[in-house]
Amino acid sequence: MIKIENLHKSYPMGDESLHVLKGLDLHIKEGEFVSIMGSSGSGKSTLLNIVGLLDVHDEGNYYLNGQLIENLDEKKAALLRNKFLGFVFQAFNLITYKNALENVALPLYYKGVGRKERQKIAMEYLEKVGLGEWANHLPSELSGGQKQRVAIARALVTNPKVVLADEPTGALDSSTSHAVMELLKEINNEGMTVFVITHEEDIAAETDRIVRLKDGIIISDEKVNKKVEA
Amino acid sequence: MFDLDGWQEIFQSIGKNKLRTVLSGLTITFAIMLFTILLGMGNGLKNTFASFFSRDAENAIFIMPNNTSKAYRGYQSGRRIELRNKDVDYVLENYQGNIEHIIRRNQRQVDITYKNKKSNYSLIAVDPAIQFLERASPYEGRFINKLDLNKRSKVIVLGRMTKKDLFPAGVSAVGKYVNVGGLAYKVVGVFTDPGGDNEERLNYIPITTSQALYGNNDKVDQINILYNSKLSTAEAIAFGNNMLRDLKDRFDIAPRDQRAIRVQNRAEGVQATKQTSGALDMIVIIISIGTLIAGIVGISNIMIYIVKERTKELGIRKAIGATPNSIVKMIMFESMFITSIAGYLGMLIGIGVLSYAAPGLEKYFIKDPNVDTGIVIFATVLLVISGLIAGYVPARRAGKIKPIVALNDA
Repeated sequence: MIKIENLHKSYPMGDESLHVLKGLDLHIKEGEFVSIMGSSGSGKSTLLNIVGLLDVHDEGNYYLNGQLIENLDEKKAALLRNKFLGFVFQAFNLITYKNALENVALPLYYKGVGRKERQKIAMEYLEKVGLGEWANHLPSELSGGQKQRVAIARALVTNPKVVLADEPTGALDSSTSHAVMELLKEINNEGMTVFVITHEEDIAAETDRIVRLKDGIIISDEKVNKKVEA
Repeated sequence: MFDLDGWQEIFQSIGKNKLRTVLSGLTITFAIMLFTILLGMGNGLKNTFASFFSRDAENAIFIMPNNTSKAYRGYQSGRRIELRNKDVDYVLENYQGNIEHIIRRNQRQVDITYKNKKSNYSLIAVDPAIQFLERASPYEGRFINKLDLNKRSKVIVLGRMTKKDLFPAGVSAVGKYVNVGGLAYKVVGVFTDPGGDNEERLNYIPITTSQALYGNNDKVDQINILYNSKLSTAEAIAFGNNMLRDLKDRFDIAPRDQRAIRVQNRAEGVQATKQTSGALDMIVIIISIGTLIAGIVGISNIMIYIVKERTKELGIRKAIGATPNSIVKMIMFESMFITSIAGYLGMLIGIGVLSYAAPGLEKYFIKDPNVDTGIVIFATVLLVISGLIAGYVPARRAGKIKPIVALNDA
């Protein structure tokens, strides 16, 4: 699903340039539940941005769903994001003046789905994350955990290939964090590829595969929680 | 270009961000309202100014003889200059092409009596063309005509106010006889004059009748000329000056004698009017442009602020699949929608204020303040376009910005 070969990325910092990713190789297959662990500055957010087509890499190859990503302009990137990727952010990033249902339905609007159809699909996903009754509430009327669940519903609504979660529990307390991880796990169990970025050990421990990043290189890549029981 | 869904997105954004909507709308409404009001008042001032001059024909020249003030060619100063019919013929012959109408005019004060009512009025003996100079029009009956002139008829045309003074209401004056300084004149008509009550208390009789009855001579107190309206202002002024020079020569008047014959030329007034109303125009234009610039700066600032404020929202939209174009379009359409409605509102308010305040403004020399709707719509469109241009640059940047930067920004 996601294949990365010798990926490099640097950011210009004045005259110098900061070499953030120093030749990563990573292969994530369909249906995996992977977490990228690393302290801040390890390059994990940069990796997510590149994988999420929010940023471009300098060197190396990136295949998303078998498609080589190159010469990406904003328009192409937007279409690919809309088609293949669903995002969950640490800061939820819900649109404040839209209610839960409208927030979930928005990606479908950019996909060109009709209004009625949009509402219907969005409602299904809201119910799936257990917030059917909160459909008409504004984000400001929801708790942190509820907001993140709305965001997850939004990430899923276009039926993407991969869900990318950037510190999805970073703004939540531990019990809510656990609930959110349970939800992601459930989604993964239905076959969705889930890609989580975190710096918290216990969050990473809930995934099936932990990739540790340090100073722009992968220092370990181990499978945990073998899904024998699933 | 934009489907129903697109508009729904825009309406939601407008409706749910009321402060932002009101702020940007208010700027435009206020600018267009001020623009409309200022322009209207400027036009009102011009109307007042123009109305001072429109009561009589503008292409008039008045030739008025007096006493000489300088000795010349063997004549002493203080000699009385008198115009006669032959002088009128002389002017007409010499300046045929420049003259539309030439009018002899004698004036005296008389008592006019009808039945038991009597009052003192100006009796003006004239050629019929005076109606064009005075812009008088028949109110009842007719004006004096050539036939009256040839027959030296004792007919009179009363001013509307004279008739009102002397005749009972609802009674026609036409066909009645009035006593004019002891002589009976038949009223053939009543005229009305835009010059107001004073000019409507003048009363006209044929010049020939006057010359025969009062002194039996061919003296003319004053020559009035309506010059050819095709003459430019400068040509008309030159014509007046040439005529004055010729007449001074004809009557042996010193060229520098300012008093013996006066030529009063409306063309000079017209020129002054044009200059003044040109200056008024300029002031109105400067004020209007100033208001518009203020509006443009206002809406530009607000558009930049709006895009800045929405950076995060736009980043979210991009992360979930909005293309840069759709972002730019959304902002542009939103801005266009708000500014158009707001501009229209401003125009309505402005016009409303003008028409509401118009009666009270007359005493400040602002008459009938109105605006050309086309100009106001043009101003609104200008502001809408400025808002679009001002919004386009940041919207385009927002469309291009990497979603991750926009998201981190907030």
